[in-house]
Parts: sequence; structure tokens; C-alpha cells
Amino acid sequence: MTVVLETKGLTKSFGGLVAVDDVSFQLHKGELLALIGPNGAGKSTCFNMLMGQLKPTAGEVFLQGENVTGLTPRRIWRKGVGRTFQITSTYASMTVIENVQMALLSHNGEVFRFLSFAHKRYREEAMALLDMVGMAEQAERHCAVLAYGDLKRMELAIALAHDPALLLMDEPTAGMAPKERVALMQLTSDIVADRGVSVLFTEHDMDVVFSHAHRIMVLNRGALIAEGTAADIRNSELVQEVYLGGGTLFSAEEDAHA
Amino acid sequence: MQRKTFLKALLATAALATMPLSAVAQDTIKIGEINHYKRLAAFAEPYKKGIELALEEANAAGGVLGKQLEFIFRDDQGEPGEAVKIAEELMTREGAVMLTGTILSNVGLAISSYAGEKGYVYLASEPLADSLVWAAGNKYTFRLRASTFMQAAMLAEAAAKTDAKRFATIAPNYAYGKDAVAAFKENLLKLKPDAEFVAEQWPALFKIDAGAEVQALERAKPDAIYNVTFGPDLAKFVREGGDRGLFEGRGVYGLLSGEPEYIDPLGDEAPEGWTVTGYPWYDLNDGPGGDFVSAYQTRWDDYPRIGSLVGYMTVQSIVAALEKAGSTETEAIRDAFEDLGVSTPVGDITFRSSDHQSTMGAYVGTTALRDGRGVMVDWDYKEGANYLPSAEEVAKLRPAD
Amino acid sequence: MELFVAQIITGLANASSLFLVACGLSLIFGVTRIVNFAHGSLYMLGAYIGYSLMQVLPGAFGFWGAILLAGIAVGLVGVLVEMLVLRPVYRAPELFQLVATFGVILVVQDLALIIWGPEDLLGPRAPGLRGVYRIMGEPIPKYDIVLLLITPFIALALWYLIARTRLGVLVRAATQDREMVGALGVNQAWLFTGVFALGSALAGLGGALQLPKGGADLLMDFNILAPVFVVVVIGGMGSLPGAYLAAIIISVLNVFGVTYLPQSTLVLMFVVMIVVLMIRPYGLFGREEVAGEHGQVGEPELPIKPASPNVRMIVAAGLIILALLPLYGSSFSQVLATDILIFCLFAASLHFLLGLGGLVSFGHAAYYGGGAYVAALLVTHADSPMELAFLLAPLGAGLAALAIGWVCLRLTGVYFAMLTLAFAQLLWSLVFQWGDVTGGDDGLVNLWPADWLNDTTVYFYFTLLFAVGGILMLRHVAHSPFGYALRAARDSQRQAESTGIDTRRVQLLAFGFAGLMGGLAGALFVFSKGSVFPNELEIARSFDALIVVFLGGVKTLAGGVVGGAFFKGVEDILTRFEYWRLVMGFLIIFVVILAPEGIAGSMRKLVRRLQSSKTGGSQ
Repeated sequence: MTVVLETKGLTKSFGGLVAVDDVSFQLHKGELLALIGPNGAGKSTCFNMLMGQLKPTAGEVFLQGENVTGLTPRRIWRKGVGRTFQITSTYASMTVIENVQMALLSHNGEVFRFLSFAHKRYREEAMALLDMVGMAEQAERHCAVLAYGDLKRMELAIALAHDPALLLMDEPTAGMAPKERVALMQLTSDIVADRGVSVLFTEHDMDVVFSHAHRIMVLNRGALIAEGTAADIRNSELVQEVYLGGGTLFSAEEDAHA
Repeated sequence: MQRKTFLKALLATAALATMPLSAVAQDTIKIGEINHYKRLAAFAEPYKKGIELALEEANAAGGVLGKQLEFIFRDDQGEPGEAVKIAEELMTREGAVMLTGTILSNVGLAISSYAGEKGYVYLASEPLADSLVWAAGNKYTFRLRASTFMQAAMLAEAAAKTDAKRFATIAPNYAYGKDAVAAFKENLLKLKPDAEFVAEQWPALFKIDAGAEVQALERAKPDAIYNVTFGPDLAKFVREGGDRGLFEGRGVYGLLSGEPEYIDPLGDEAPEGWTVTGYPWYDLNDGPGGDFVSAYQTRWDDYPRIGSLVGYMTVQSIVAALEKAGSTETEAIRDAFEDLGVSTPVGDITFRSSDHQSTMGAYVGTTALRDGRGVMVDWDYKEGANYLPSAEEVAKLRPAD
Repeated sequence: MELFVAQIITGLANASSLFLVACGLSLIFGVTRIVNFAHGSLYMLGAYIGYSLMQVLPGAFGFWGAILLAGIAVGLVGVLVEMLVLRPVYRAPELFQLVATFGVILVVQDLALIIWGPEDLLGPRAPGLRGVYRIMGEPIPKYDIVLLLITPFIALALWYLIARTRLGVLVRAATQDREMVGALGVNQAWLFTGVFALGSALAGLGGALQLPKGGADLLMDFNILAPVFVVVVIGGMGSLPGAYLAAIIISVLNVFGVTYLPQSTLVLMFVVMIVVLMIRPYGLFGREEVAGEHGQVGEPELPIKPASPNVRMIVAAGLIILALLPLYGSSFSQVLATDILIFCLFAASLHFLLGLGGLVSFGHAAYYGGGAYVAALLVTHADSPMELAFLLAPLGAGLAALAIGWVCLRLTGVYFAMLTLAFAQLLWSLVFQWGDVTGGDDGLVNLWPADWLNDTTVYFYFTLLFAVGGILMLRHVAHSPFGYALRAARDSQRQAESTGIDTRRVQLLAFGFAGLMGGLAGALFVFSKGSVFPNELEIARSFDALIVVFLGGVKTLAGGVVGGAFFKGVEDILTRFEYWRLVMGFLIIFVVILAPEGIAGSMRKLVRRLQSSKTGGSQ
């Protein structure tokens, strides 16, 4: 299988604190890989290094074989990586479709054009993307009035605008109602299946993780402690230990998050 | 939708501007007067009162050319751009026959430049900048008040008579201050080639750090100090300088420092023994000068400032020019101003045809305290004509017409 | 050595008033996020009220009592201002309140003139403190020593208030996180009023305390404003120790500047500010500003759309009516329309930055005046034909904007705003100081259009073409991909950056473009007036534009233009009356309270409401 994303010995320390410690993994084409771990395990730091927001102290990141370590978020995006944020980050003064058009304009190198009308550019492509995430009817709505779940779906459409090979999703279902979470992750899996895009996501909701992830990695205190299928992880004592010091993993996690 | 409101506003203003203003027939001669009535109220108000007094007198005596004379007063906020707009309005819409006014030099220069281009006569009443009649002079601009150069030359003459060799200057950091220092230096060095300038202090206008300025001047150990600061800066400078003993045993020459506008606010802390230019109205009891003072006091129940005198003389000059012109046509008025003689409270003055500067002079005297307020004693009226460059010299200074 | 000590003492004494005024401003900003332009007015009121009280209260007791009472009285004025003027507009967009405080400035100016008259008032001496002490042989005024000693006590008292009392806890909490104070169940409105009153009282105290060193005059409100803002910014907005340290640094440096570099008096503090902000972007003791963290963002902006055919028809019709002005209007009406058009272009160029980019520039006059001066200098020194000068002026202004923007865009929020102001002030002082080239404040004169343009009507058409063209271009760019990217960078820099948009480059280019358009307005201005003076680069000019954009409505595309036309039109009418500043001040306050979204914004809301009630729709 083709390797889309690979990290080798990724490490980040802040002063004396090692937030991410020697993390190496591979993500394959068409794979939905979950990165889980308790709060403060280093998931966000790890993510930020993949996306270029943080420079690793040591280690390297390869995207489809190319070393992208330390590139800016912009450059990494241009190399075919889409991302969604834990807290949605959208252009509140624009309509839904304009939000997507903006990404398309950037992808097509039209940001510094002064003459064309932005809202007329790439409408069809944008509409197709919105259609894919089920937001077509809401295309002309002001995005500031959207429900949170709809915002998340819109963000997904934006992340897919430049037809990325890799999608990084930071807690894609955070802040959503349980029913919506399932719907969103189902949508994501469908897209993975349809487009052959690979996804790395972090998540707190274990239902979501276990039902959709093809493979799961567990991070604790900056280090990868386990990796495997849902069943492997579910049965790993080490993981149980880390999360709760024993006890059941899932219900407690739900509570902690409620 | 928004654009519509913009247009509405624009149209409303335009409509207002296009309204025929006065259905009244032209039985008055109008003069456009532009000034900083709000920005420099302390100076503009006495000036305006001087104008009003002269107007009343002129109109009571039958007006000019058989018509009443009327001034239209407009506030320019101290902004050159505004003043130019108002100048246009006064001339084209209000029916003014000529323009006058301003205290600030930059506003005066803006109006002058505009007047020169459009062919409007402008009598700059109070602005002092030398360039108004020299470097930036033009055919249509005349100036009444004794300029920076003239007044600085008068003080330089007084300073040259002493033994002082080491001079220090303090002047606000802008064109007037720089002109005033340059003119003083030029004239002093002419009369006293071995004079030395040991310190030049340039506080920001109205933002003087008086304590520091005094320390810096003291450090240079000058024999004499030439002061150009005025207004609140002067008050602070006098206080700090007095407290710290800066003025002890030193000659101080203060440009304009004896004008009531500047010395009166100092009350009983007015400096003593400074040589200054100013306006000793309190000692003017007879002659045309005394008549003006008493007429002014009767009319306004207040004493005249230098601005009052200039305002009064502005009207006198305009009346004289109109009468000499015999018409209200611009070119006629302009021609009339050249070599125009006017009898004023300070005596006869002439608007020189060479540079359009009037020969109004200034009073030079020594400051003293009298009844708890600063006054000038041992003063002399210095004829302006004696402190102006010759016609040939100014021809070189002025741009070709 | 003796002189050195004496200079330090002078500097410390000078720092006293500056600190009091600055810490009041800092406190107000820290808690309420209001940039209080009227702080100088409160300082002036303190001086005037203190002066009047000293006339009636006898002796040393009366003198010090008068200072204290002046502080209290100004504190009460602060309460009035806060409750009547500011409280109604807390929910308005960020920084909108500064417009209201600008209205207060105008009102106070005229009131002071009415009450205390135009003449400067010489401050009474402190009883028993006339004369000097000799310190190492150097004379130091006694009152300087008193000031020097008083200030640390006031600073300590303030520190106690903030660090040790319940009010202080709330104030500190509010400085950190306003939402939280609300959540604690504290009545935020009263906290704001209290803080505003305290800040005002400190300004009043500062004004009264400096009386024995100077006095009271009608220009002192504006004269103190720039140094006070500089002190607050250098110290870090909201930080009291910062304000104290910065006041001392500025005052002491100024004393040495006066002695060793006498010409530096205009620029010194701005240079210091730029240097400090380069090294510490948020001042000495400041904290990073996060946009909107204080809950003052207001509701999000509505999406923009190009004008509908109907609106286009109306605009076209309006333009035709305007273009026909020479047929029915007087020569003056064309001059006035020319002025208004130029100002509208200037305002629209600032609005482009402020509205679309969220980049609050406090120094936009740099580009307007900069363009004007480029044109004027080319004509004066290079004998350039007017047409060439006219075309090069916007380019020069645009380049200046790119250079200044490149530096300023390292900062955000109020610090960004203050840095732009500092650069504008540097440019101003360069022009002001460099008399040989720029004519200093005597300006450059006799700058007239080429012969074919040198006619009121022709120039009116020329202005109409370029001003309307410029405004339409600004508007068009708002709808272009670049304009969208600019809004994207404002709405969410994070999202924009992670979708490949170089936000800094976008903002820098927007800065340059706005500067270019401002420069175009400046070039039009020069040749319409025939002269240019440093006034066109002044802080006041930058504020004019700022006020107009806010009054027009930041969050509407037409805001700059509507505000510009309204402001200029009203100004032209009002200045014909005696107390026009009073009326203008009240008018501004009135508009601010009545239309917190600006004229265009509130108009739009009204129209929408009418439409929806007509159609009965819910939209």
C-alpha cells in the first residue's frame, strides 16, 4: 500500500517539557487513522507539527515521500493536505458557498486578482463540494447563522476543496450532539471510500473512534504506546491503564466529556 | 441602498450651496474676513472687535463710495484647506470684493496662493511670515502688520547696542520661530559681526519642557537671550527661568513678548527688564493712537490688544484702498493698494509697491511691573520703513510676476 | 554631574502630570477597552476647575484642597460622560466608542471657551513653594521637588487600590477577561462607570497639579493627547507600573533631548515608541492583544453583494445629477463638491483597510498628506509637469504605505493602530522640520493644475472622474478575490493560512492599495487648493478620516463615503455659526447613540426592517 504520511522520530519539547516524544507512524492511502489519548497527551502538538503550525525539535515528516518538516501551513496545504479545526474556523462574514469558493480561489492561485468577481468564481466546484457534504441547500446562507453541525460539514467541504491526498481532522466531532457525530463520521468514511483520501483524526468520542477508524494509535505523555485495530486497542491493558488506571474505558470517557 | 444616502447628502449640500443667498440688492460693499475664531479665540476676538469698531466709525461717516461697508466673518478652524474653500465661497457666492484676515501664517499663505491664482485681492492682516510678501509673494497679496523680519531687526538693533557677545536663542520649532531666529541673527551680525550664538533651543510649539530648556540655556552661559516663545510656552518659560535664575544679569530680547496678548496672562509674574516689541496702549493718551484707545475702551469696555489695533487698521486700509480705487473691481482695488497711504493710530503708513508690505512699525521698549501687571516702559515707536530691505533687494526676493 | 542630577530631577518632576493622565487612560482602556480621545479634555477641565477653585479657596489648604476637588469634579464629569455617552454604545463594534469621545472633545472645547474665556490663564503658585532649592548647587524649583515626591505616593495609593481592594480585584479581573466579571455576577455597568470616573479623576488631578508650572489654556487638551497615548502604549495598555515607567522614560529622555539635540523635540517620543514596540510589541508591561477577546466584536458582518441593478441605476442617476452640477450650481458649489469628493475618496480608502481588513490605522493621513507632498515636491523641486506629479503621487503614497505597513503589520489591534500613528507622526515631523525642502509649516504654494485643467468646472470633472473612479475601484476590489482574501484574513487568519492564503502579504498589499488611494485623494487635494501644509499629515487629519468611517458605518461597504459626505457637508454648514463645535460635538454623540452601526449601517437595518414588515417575511 502507498504510504501517504510518515513521521520519523517526531519530537517536540518546550523548554524542559517533552510534549511529543519520538513519534513514528505511517498512514496509508485510503486509511482512516485515529490518534487518541488522554488530555495533555500531545495530540494537538503532534497535529500542529504535521500541519506546520509548530516546528519539530527533532524528527521528520514525509508527505508522499517528500520531506515537509518545518514547512509553513500554507506550503503544506499546497502539497495536498486539508485540515479541520477542533473549534470551527470559518469566515463569519461570508456565505457558506463563499467560504468554499475562497479555498478554491486560493487553490487556483487567484488570491491576488483584483478584477474578477470572487463570488462568480468556481461556483460549480464549490456547489459540488457542498453537495457532497449535504450542504447544497444552505449554500447561500450567511455562515454566521449556521448550526454547529452544519459549520463542521462546511469546514469539511473547505478542507476537501483542493482535492487533498490527506485530511487532518482535529476532534472533528467536538461540541456536537451524539447523533450528529455519527452522521459526520459516516460522511467522512464515505468520502474516504469514494475519493481515496487518507484521514488522520484525533477524537475523544470512543464510539466514533471504534466504529469508524481503520486503525488506532494511542498517545500518552507524548509517546505512542499502542497501535492497532479497534479490537486490539479495546483489549489493550496498557491503554485501559493509561486512560483510567483500570475500569472501563468508554463510559468514563463519555462522562468526562459530557 | 447605502449609496443612495450618500447621494442624498451630497445633493442636500449642493442644493444648499446653490441657493441664491441674498435677494438684497448690492447696497453694501462686502469684505470676506477669514480667521481662526475658535482655534485662536484669544487673538481673534480683540481683532474682530477692532474691525467692528472701525466699521461702525466708517459707516457712521457715510461708508465707502456711498455704500455701507460690511464684513463677512468666517471660521476656518485654522485649516489652510478650509480657508481656501471659504475664500472661494466668499468671493463667488457671497459677493465679497476682496479678502482679508488670518493670524496663522500657513493659513495666510494658503489664501495668498489661491488669491494670486484666482486674481482676488487679499490683505493679510496679522500673519507674520516673511515669505508672504517675499519668497511666496504675489501680485494680489498685501500685508499690513510688521513682519517677523522687521520686528526681529528692531530687537537686533537694541541688542547690538549692548556689550553682550554670547547669544542664546529659544524659539518654537516651526517656521515662525526659525524665521525669527534667522532674521535676528542676520541683523545682529550685520551690526555686531563678533556676536556669537552659543545655544539654539527649539521647543515644540505649545509643548515646551520649560525646566529642561532653561537648564540647557543656562549650560551655555550666554550673555543675552533672544526669546521667540509665546502663549502658554512663554508663561512656562518665564516661570522656570525666573525660578532658576536664568534671567539674572542677562539681557533678554523678547519678540512680541510685550504685546498685551502675551504679557497680560503673566500677571504679576511678567518678566522685568526684557527688551520687547509690543503695544503699550496704557501710555497712549493723545494723538491718533490715544484716540483709538479711548474709542475702543468706550465701545467695548475693554482695553485694546495688538490684534484690536491691527483689526482697526485693516478696515482703515481697506476703506482707503476702496476710496482710492473709486470702484470695487478687483484690478482697481489691487492697483489702489500699491503705494497706498493710510492714516492710522500709529501714524501714516504706506503699502510699498515693491513688496506689498505696509510700513506699519512696532513699539519697542523695556518690560516692567506696574500695578501688578507687565507693561512696557521707555518705549519707542519704530517706523517699519527703516527695517525693511530696499526695493531692489526685495525685487530679488520676490518671484517674477 | 551636578547638571546631570538636576536634569534627572527635572525629568522626574515632568513625569508627574504625564503619569497621572496616562495611568487614567490606561486604566480606562484596560477595563472598558475604550480608547478615550477625550482624556485630554478631562485633563484640561481639571486645570480650569482647579484654577477657579484656587481663586476662591485661600491659603495652602485652599490650594491643595482645590487640586483634590478638581480631581473629584472631573471624576464626576467622567461619570456623566460614561453614563450618558458611552454606556449606550458598549455593544457597538470595537473602537466605535472613540467617535463618541471625539464628540465629547468638541463639546468640552466650546464649553471651556464659554465658561473661562479665550485668554490663557496663568496657574497660581503653590503657597510657600515659590523659588528654588539648591541641590548640588543647581537650582531646582521647590514645586518640582514636591511633585517628585507626591507622584510615587499617588502611584502607591493606586497600586494599593488595585492590588488590595475588592474593586481592584474586579478591575484586574476585567482587565484580563471581561466576560468573567460578568459571570461573577458583578454589575459590569457600574464597574465601568467607576473605572471611568477614577480614570477621569486622575486626569483632572494631573491637570490641576501642573497649574503652578504652567496654567490653563484651550489648546492643552490636544497638546497632552499625543504624549499620553505614547506613554500608555510604551508602558503597555492597561498597565499602571508600565505607565509610570514609561512616563519617566519619556520625560527624562526629553530633558536630555532638549539639551543635547534641541531639534529633536518633535520626534523624540515617537522614535522611542517605535523602538520599544519593535523590541516589545505589546509595550513594556503589556499583554498580547487578542482581537475580540473582550467581547466587543459585535454581531458578525453580513455577506456583501455587488450592487443590484436597481441600486446601480440609482447610483448612476445620482452621478449624472452630480455631473450636471456645473449647469445648475454656482462656482462655489463645484468647489464644495470637489472638496467633498476628495474627502470621500480619502475616507473610502481608510474604510477599505478598516472595514474589510479589520486593520485600524490611526495614521492614514500619512498617505493622504504623503501623496499631496509627493505631488507638491515634484512640481516645486523637479519642475515636473502637473500631470506627471499627479500620477506619481499615489505611487509614492502607496510605496510609503507598503514600507510602513511592512513594519506595523507585525503588531495587531490597538498596538498596530498606535504604531501607524507613530509613523504618520514621524512623516509629519520630517515634513515640518525639513524646511529647506518642504517649506516646513509654511508649506509649498503655487501648485496649480496644468492649464487645460485650471478651471473650477474642469477640475471638478477631473476630481469627479478620479474620486468616483477610485471609490468604485475600491468597491470593486472588495468583491474581487483579493478583497475576499482580505476579509478572510480578518475573519479567521488561522483558516486562511491553512488554506494557502498568505495573510500577511494580503494585508500588506491592502495597506499599500489603501495608501495608493489615499495618495490619489491627496494629489487631487493639492491641485484643488494650490498649496499644501503639514496640516494634511497631522494626527487631526487621520482622526477626521477615522471618525468619518465609524460614523458612516465600518461594517457597510458605503460607510466611508456616506460618512465623508455627511461629515464634510455638515461641517460646511455648521462652521458658519458661533458655537459650531458644541453643536458638532452633540451631533456626533447623537449619531453615535442613535446609530451605533454608523449611518449607513443603521440605514440598512431600517430598510431591511421596513422591507420585511412589508413582505411579512421573517428574513
